[in-house]
Amino acid sequence: MILPALFFYLFAGVCVASAVMVIVSRNPVHSVLFLILAFVNASGLFVLMGAEFLAMILVVVYVGAVAVLFLFVIMMLDVDFAELREGFIEYLPIGLVIGGIFLAELLLVAGGWVINPGTAKSITAAIPNNISNTEALGLVLYTKYIHYFQIAGMVLLVAMIGAIVLTLRHKAKVKRQDISVQNARTPELAMAVRKVTSGQGLQDADAAEWVK
Amino acid sequence: MTIGLGHYLAVGAILFTLGILGIFLNRKNIIVILMSIELILLAVNINLVAFSTFLGDIVGQVFALLVLTVAAAEAAIGLAVLVVYFRNRGSIAVEDVNLMKG
Repeated sequence: MILPALFFYLFAGVCVASAVMVIVSRNPVHSVLFLILAFVNASGLFVLMGAEFLAMILVVVYVGAVAVLFLFVIMMLDVDFAELREGFIEYLPIGLVIGGIFLAELLLVAGGWVINPGTAKSITAAIPNNISNTEALGLVLYTKYIHYFQIAGMVLLVAMIGAIVLTLRHKAKVKRQDISVQNARTPELAMAVRKVTSGQGLQDADAAEWVK
Repeated sequence: MTIGLGHYLAVGAILFTLGILGIFLNRKNIIVILMSIELILLAVNINLVAFSTFLGDIVGQVFALLVLTVAAAEAAIGLAVLVVYFRNRGSIAVEDVNLMKG
């Protein structure tokens, strides 16, 4: 009984602490690393709640893809991050006020809220007891919510194409291999046989044609 | 000392507030703003999963999965825009982005 509570406080505490470090740390690389720590601990929370599949997806997708993408961009862009931190203290009071108001509102909502007794009857897809979380999720996701699943796939496709279109650029100076041009090249196009008179060498007029 | 729904909702609320606070504190650094948005979406996911498991309805987890998808797409597009902006301007200061203002 005490162990789940202990792990909850461990995961929640580290998650919140690393979230704080994400927003206050001086170096964005440290921010990303703390973001990864926050995600790993959140996935621990998911495991505690019994959503194992989402926990693993969180580690694979967020830590493995999104956070590494952040890291990649930060290291690729040569930005003076000290300059970007100006105004941190300046914005601290207004940020704290708004954050405080927000947290107070959320806690007020959390304090005065009860679950409607009718909710239990309106459950769309109850969690089955005898199968694993992944299987239960798949049984619902691929049948009832197949359209949402496919739309999610389309969203990812559009994001992928969009990111490629945005960042792809053709530099004029870079020489690229054009395989069709290479294959279309024949000896007639590439070579010219010239008779050079002995003792005279190549004439200028010949040379001009030769180069062409 | 049973851990109930309220505990998880509290964690979600705190993470959400930290995300909002991060947007305000790092007004100039758009990378940290994007990370704050990721924190906000994580808080939303924690809420969805908490309600899903405590009410015994798996649909919440399906929606958490969709939120995860959108978050990944958003991060990819946001970072791509950031890279293009950096190439054009040589900086990522958010305060210069109002160039097109009349």
